[in-house]
Amino acid sequence: MSLKILAVLEQRDSKLKKSSFEVISKAAELASLSGGSFEAVVAASSVEDAAKAGEYGAAKVTVLSNAAFALPCSSGYAKAVADYAKASGANVLLLSNTAMGKDIAPRIAVKLDAGIMVDAVALGYEGGDLIATRPVFAGKALQEVKLTSEVKVITLRPNVFKAKVSSPGASAEVLSSAVDSPDLKERVTEIKKSEGKLDVAEADIIVSGGRGLKEAGNFNLVEDLADALGAAVGASRAVVDAGWRPHGEQVGQTGKTVSPSLYVACGISGAIQHLAGMSSSKYIVAINKDKDAPIFQVADYGIAGDVFEVLPALTAEIKKIKS
Amino acid sequence: MNIAVCVSHVPDTTTKIRIAADKQNIEQQGVSYILNPYDEFAIEEALKLKEKNGGEVVVISAGGETSKETIRKALAMGADRGVLLKTNGFVDSISLAKALAEEIKSNGSEIVLMGKQSIDYDNSITAQAAAEILGYGCVTVCVDLKIDGTKVIAEREIEGGREVVETSLPVVISAQKGLNNPRYPAIKGIMEAKRKPIAEKDAALGKVHTVLSELKLPSAKNPGRIIGTDSSAVPELVRLLREEAKVI
Repeated sequence: MSLKILAVLEQRDSKLKKSSFEVISKAAELASLSGGSFEAVVAASSVEDAAKAGEYGAAKVTVLSNAAFALPCSSGYAKAVADYAKASGANVLLLSNTAMGKDIAPRIAVKLDAGIMVDAVALGYEGGDLIATRPVFAGKALQEVKLTSEVKVITLRPNVFKAKVSSPGASAEVLSSAVDSPDLKERVTEIKKSEGKLDVAEADIIVSGGRGLKEAGNFNLVEDLADALGAAVGASRAVVDAGWRPHGEQVGQTGKTVSPSLYVACGISGAIQHLAGMSSSKYIVAINKDKDAPIFQVADYGIAGDVFEVLPALTAEIKKIKS
Repeated sequence: MNIAVCVSHVPDTTTKIRIAADKQNIEQQGVSYILNPYDEFAIEEALKLKEKNGGEVVVISAGGETSKETIRKALAMGADRGVLLKTNGFVDSISLAKALAEEIKSNGSEIVLMGKQSIDYDNSITAQAAAEILGYGCVTVCVDLKIDGTKVIAEREIEGGREVVETSLPVVISAQKGLNNPRYPAIKGIMEAKRKPIAEKDAALGKVHTVLSELKLPSAKNPGRIIGTDSSAVPELVRLLREEAKVI
């Protein structure tokens, strides 16, 4: 089967998200492997940097536009994308598994009577079939899935697939297609941003703290290191349940499953639920007083020492090399 | 107010996963099952809505005979009756959504709540798919919910913040931790739950599009190096991160 891929991009504040470039790169790779083709769409009121998709290999980006799409609108985006896919005859839709991607992918799949596979960490093309691998049980196991439907909807875990600049400086042709009767069943009326904070789900580096920090007030040690590294702050379930940190920062089975390039676990012993959520990180550093703590089983580099002594030294050293 | 809560019966979070010989399921021996943690928030929210507005809370679960334990837990928290949609083996999320939608439609439920994902297959598909099939509004990963007449104002968690979403009934809501504080079943509730009815029927799954080819364990990480026991190891750690891992 030759693949006709639709890369479904996402914008915030009229700019493409980084995860969208990962989607384009994967679409380009699969199109080339299968001898198929791909194009990109994005639902928006307007997009400033749509042409940039060209650097990652997209020849064409179509903006599915409506003034109401200035604020996120899941029902509207899903219908606009599904209508476009139907009209263009796309048989594979690729999205990023972001908050928005997760919200709209199942709706699109139902509209297209498609099979769906979400949160892929690997996606291969073998003998005419797409085979996706996804973590289950919060990463304690992997599931290989094959979709038998004619149309397939697949979401890719952010930060796992590489965004590859294949044609530096190239511009994609940007077309606009007006969405005349958008489905505005649900409308976002306001976005409340957590002030200046990077989210663990999107971060390339995460510094996480656990009960070893002894009290909420000591989390500034974790925050200082995160600031020095340009990292997001994460937390173990124990400290979230204790009310020291918000749930949005929780990493693990009942929090977020993350795969950053670097994960620094500070005063975290490594309960099975926590390990499940972070052990697919590319590099893991553990700092914990107890050298027998399970976190050292998954850590690439460990310091079996006191977080209160090691963290300030590490922060100072990072600041030194960054300056 | 006619409210439906969809719940799932999942392995406890402390479970060490082993893959069964057929690679289609996990080894069941020694695994204890629990009510999916995110579903507790959905049940609590349903009970609060019922306490405020009256009506009935029906708990629906798809699965085998053992899923009744999880339905009973929801009944013990205060739900009125249960429905078990019987399935066998692996069921993909959209097929599951079809079966749930069928049951929700026949109940005429105008508010449907469920956890934002089941902690077994971690899909986060069912709520959105069921809403789409039913033609209902939908808010996922919900951390705050206000329903006033037919107007729904909800907050959902997104990367680095929250969105305030407005929609109207009928609606499907998927619950995130933080929506409320789920109650513990009281002894009285547990006793009453034993007498509450659980209807059983075959799940109407429809056409299946997903084939599970294999479950496997992730490749084990090589245990790393402990490079020191105090801050004197910091320069070496930073060197390794820069020169070997190349991540900073």
